[in-house]
Amino acid sequence: MKNETRIWLVIFVFFAGFLAWRVGDAGASRQYVRELDGRVAPATLGDLVAGTAQFSFSRTVGVWVAAALTLGIFSFLYRDNAFYKLAESVLVGVSAAYWMVVAYWDVLIPNLFGKLWPSWVQSWAIPGLSPQHDEFWYAYFVPLGLGVMLLWRLSPRGGWIGVWPLAFTIGATAGLRLVGYFQADFLGQIRNGIVSLAIFKDSHFEWERSIENVVLVTGTLACLSYFFFSFEHKGALGRISRVGVWVLMITFGAGFGYTVMGRIALLAGRLEFLFDDWLWLIDQNHTRIWQ
Amino acid sequence: MRFNWDNIDRRWIFLMMLITVAGPIIWQLAFPEIPTPYARAVFDAIEDLKPGDKVLVAFDYDPASEAELGPMATDFVHHCCEKKVKMYFVSLWPVGPVMVQDAIRNIIEADYPQMVYGQDYVNLGYKSGYEGVIKVIVTDLRSLYPTDTRGNSIDQLPMCRDVKNIQSMKLIVDVSAGYAGAKEWVQYAAVPYADKMKLVSGSTGVQSPQLFPYLPDQMAGLLGGIKGAAEYEMLVNERYSGPTPAPKYQEALRRMGPQLFAHLLMIGLIIAGNVIYFTQRRREGRSR
Repeated sequence: MKNETRIWLVIFVFFAGFLAWRVGDAGASRQYVRELDGRVAPATLGDLVAGTAQFSFSRTVGVWVAAALTLGIFSFLYRDNAFYKLAESVLVGVSAAYWMVVAYWDVLIPNLFGKLWPSWVQSWAIPGLSPQHDEFWYAYFVPLGLGVMLLWRLSPRGGWIGVWPLAFTIGATAGLRLVGYFQADFLGQIRNGIVSLAIFKDSHFEWERSIENVVLVTGTLACLSYFFFSFEHKGALGRISRVGVWVLMITFGAGFGYTVMGRIALLAGRLEFLFDDWLWLIDQNHTRIWQ
Repeated sequence: MRFNWDNIDRRWIFLMMLITVAGPIIWQLAFPEIPTPYARAVFDAIEDLKPGDKVLVAFDYDPASEAELGPMATDFVHHCCEKKVKMYFVSLWPVGPVMVQDAIRNIIEADYPQMVYGQDYVNLGYKSGYEGVIKVIVTDLRSLYPTDTRGNSIDQLPMCRDVKNIQSMKLIVDVSAGYAGAKEWVQYAAVPYADKMKLVSGSTGVQSPQLFPYLPDQMAGLLGGIKGAAEYEMLVNERYSGPTPAPKYQEALRRMGPQLFAHLLMIGLIIAGNVIYFTQRRREGRSR
């Protein structure tokens, strides 16, 4: 047996013993629910006192599956392995299925079939839907037709029919995004960059805001000069573009810092789940009703 | 695994990070926050609302970002409940309505049972189409949302009867994990209808640097990652939660403990990396 395998075996045995102790002694990972008006929700201390809290086998299994998948994903940090692959595949499969079901019930049914055949949809899917047609309801035959044409891509013949709705989608999206970016980013950012360099309030000079605006304007101009390639970056232009590089570097550094913060928050979230819901080492929200 | 200062196995760093983040969670270390002007602007935007004002709350995130965005979503809903505004929940992400349902169960139903579904809050759910959804609902909400997530016609919900489009909202509150999210709300709602709609957002750390240029003209306030959430949480708790806020309203502040120690480790690693690099270079220079 290799030395590395021996170390991992000891760690696994130790952790399995710890897990058995937590489950056996403290009852870790057990989930309790209460039912009210046909809806099931996590039980609270009040439910325990009222005697309405019930042990939930399915939710307890859910916690164990979630913990196993979390550890499976974490195991990639050591090296690629079968547990990681399994967890990754489960995530991809479940996400795809979930998206499909949600798109069917939240979009296709109410927004397409519900518009074209409202009384039929009302009779079997959405009782709250109005059985009346909208004013221009027949316009919804266009997206229906485009959708059917898109599915033609799956057919061995006439695949070109699926290209037309794709062209429509790409063209419409490009047009939509062009307007959005032009208004909010191009024109809007130029407008935001035109600021007063010396700010006075009640005839008092405001140092802090003035310096802020000077940094904003000079930083923007320096960065723009770095991307100005019509002249060689020599002399004054070279020096200004060098300042632009520094400003860009500081921006990237700030972006990196924010990314690190985000990733640590995600790690903390998963560890909280493992320590709280699974192992019962902590009780962050003081919601545990069985100790 | 090898341990060599010149070429440390990266798994040692992962282990150090795990211990550094796990420690403050187990010992539940938290530190006070000083709110930045951006977090204060978000707080003020909601604070300026009057009881009964309409607020569109967009939960554009999923469980993958829950650890980062969940606390600020909780604080937004908590604050809106305290202000007694009418909340219209929507989502541009398929799993968003589940996050909304969680917030409704954990905050509104638990702590504000007097609030009535359909009169004080409604979950309109998810629609596909990304920015296309925003583009439609700024002029016509009803064509895209004929029903809520419970299958009720929005004509039957008292708080939706007089809402033609989202221009009647006093404020848009967006919790954003990426595309589609805060950027699209700026581009298709806050900027084209700047005289009618005001937007505040809470976003992931990764997305925040892209959104800062929109402040303050195109976006009234921004919570950047868990740090922004902690600052905002402190402001909301100071005003509404009394001396001992419920633990669920301190989630963001709690997550700042691991942040502090993890960042100290990162800074230490960057310094150590540079020291090792320059030491190595000097050694190589001598050996030539």
